[in-house]
Amino acid sequence: MYIAFQRVMRSGWEKFVRDKSSSSAALFVMVIVMSVATMLFFLQGASSFMIVSLEESVDISTYLKNTATQEEITLLKEELESLPEVREVTYVLREEALESFVELHKEDEVILESLEIVGQNPLLASLNIKAFSVNQYIAISEFLQNKSLASIISGVDYFDRAPVINRLSTLTAGIQNAVFLITLFAGLIAILVVFNTIRLTIYSSRDEIEIMRLVGASNWFIRGPFIIQGVIVGVLATLITTLVFFPLTLFVGIKLQAFAPGFELFSYFANNLFLIVSLQLLTGIGLGVVSSLLALRRYLKV
Amino acid sequence: MIQFEKVSKIYPPNSVAVQDVSFTISQGEFISLVGKSGAGKSTLLELFLREEFPSEGRVLFQGDDVHLIKDSLVPEFRRKVGAVFQDYKLLPNKTAYENIAYIMEVMGAGEEDIVRDVSEVLEIVGLIERAHHYPAQLSGGEKQRVAIARALIHRPDVIIADEPTGNLDPYHTRDIINLLIKINELGTTIMLATHNKEVINRLGKRVITLDGGRLMRDEEKGKFMI
Ligand SMILES: Nc1ncnc2c1ncn2[C@@H]1O[C@H](COP(=O)(O)OP(=O)(O)OP(=O)(O)O)[C@@H](O)[C@H]1O
Ligand SMILES: [Mg+2]
Repeated sequence: MYIAFQRVMRSGWEKFVRDKSSSSAALFVMVIVMSVATMLFFLQGASSFMIVSLEESVDISTYLKNTATQEEITLLKEELESLPEVREVTYVLREEALESFVELHKEDEVILESLEIVGQNPLLASLNIKAFSVNQYIAISEFLQNKSLASIISGVDYFDRAPVINRLSTLTAGIQNAVFLITLFAGLIAILVVFNTIRLTIYSSRDEIEIMRLVGASNWFIRGPFIIQGVIVGVLATLITTLVFFPLTLFVGIKLQAFAPGFELFSYFANNLFLIVSLQLLTGIGLGVVSSLLALRRYLKV
Repeated sequence: MIQFEKVSKIYPPNSVAVQDVSFTISQGEFISLVGKSGAGKSTLLELFLREEFPSEGRVLFQGDDVHLIKDSLVPEFRRKVGAVFQDYKLLPNKTAYENIAYIMEVMGAGEEDIVRDVSEVLEIVGLIERAHHYPAQLSGGEKQRVAIARALIHRPDVIIADEPTGNLDPYHTRDIINLLIKINELGTTIMLATHNKEVINRLGKRVITLDGGRLMRDEEKGKFMI
């Protein structure tokens, strides 16, 4: 048993080395397919990064009347924080609001002048609320409305922002759907391409398979070398793809900064290296071996 | 040991290769199949090795219908047979040495036995120097000798040899035939298909003559006559 295994391993290796045309064809296709799979992985990463940062940019503000007491504010804050939809509540003081307002408009003479004229801080303190996801803001704003909070709340800006928020949530859903469809489609094509390539290489070995059968080789003794060849191709393709993607992600990552600021392609690649390599090995070897077995079937029938 | 019972083979649509052929070969016999090109010699050997299925009749080996052997047991049956094919059928990606060793690997022989036996058999067929050449680097006669070495390396019960001397010079032909005679004397049953008059006359053994797929003559100590 062990000796048969050893022989299959050796002849698989020899097959890989000697049958250069089929090994290189399979290797080439496998590298392409793995690159596509890796890029799909990046697409997933980039799109969820984009969705998260879009959602991060959304919040609603609850403006508090100047008459509201500190206790009332603290109570409201705690109540809000206990809502399951709420991720974070920040209390913004009047002074802080003024500061960031001045900071925002520091180049706009007119606004700064009118502030001078008003003479005092015209801004209200507020509670800044971030939900876990964009479609939860309705529930939060409803909560703020129906309570007997009228005495301390001067207004909630959800209604000004509702159209933007709604558009955002259709946008993120759209992105998710698109990424899913692209992945499905590209994955399907990749599987077909690999299967067909392997079918062709096995077709070119059909005479050899016939000879092996005629001299009494068992089916597994015939399949073995093909499987080993597939595994070698899978491992080598993973190695090549990974080596290619190191400089590629570094280079493309820099260019990408302009479009998706904050998304670091290279470090995303480096941080997920283990996952990516495992994924590549799994798809490469799995796809190679399964396709070989399927394609061999018709030549191993009597 | 081997029986052909009213065997016919018709290749679709209507090419008759073998027609109503019956004969019996006992253990240890050495028979020659002769006949013009296209007479059906190769087809008979292919039918025996289960490479082809008969249109009618049956082929028995040690009492069992060869064509009713379960798929999973076919390799085991074929390992009992050593075959020299008319077109050699060597594995193109293996050297002469590896082609011969392959049969022993298939049989599960140990590494030491393989090295010893393959070297010995290469010596016998005079190919020690060509051991590490691929089939594409060998002459027709050299390929033929590799094919012969492969057919006998594992000491099969039966050797079927389809025109094994077709590409050999008279000197090598004599050697190979002497080798087959020696193997036969050690108990191996041999079926030889040939065109070679000298070979038949030298052998002086049973000859079955085919013509147009029919069995014309079956003679002990036959002479070559077409
Ligand atoms: N696969 C096939 N399909 C159709 N006809 C075939 C096939 N194989 C053989 N034949 C036909 O069957 C007949 C017998 O062929 P076979 O190969 O047995 O002859 P042979 O006696 O071995 O000839 P040779 O001495 O030339 O080798 C021939 O007429 C051949 O054309
Ligand atoms: Mg023939």
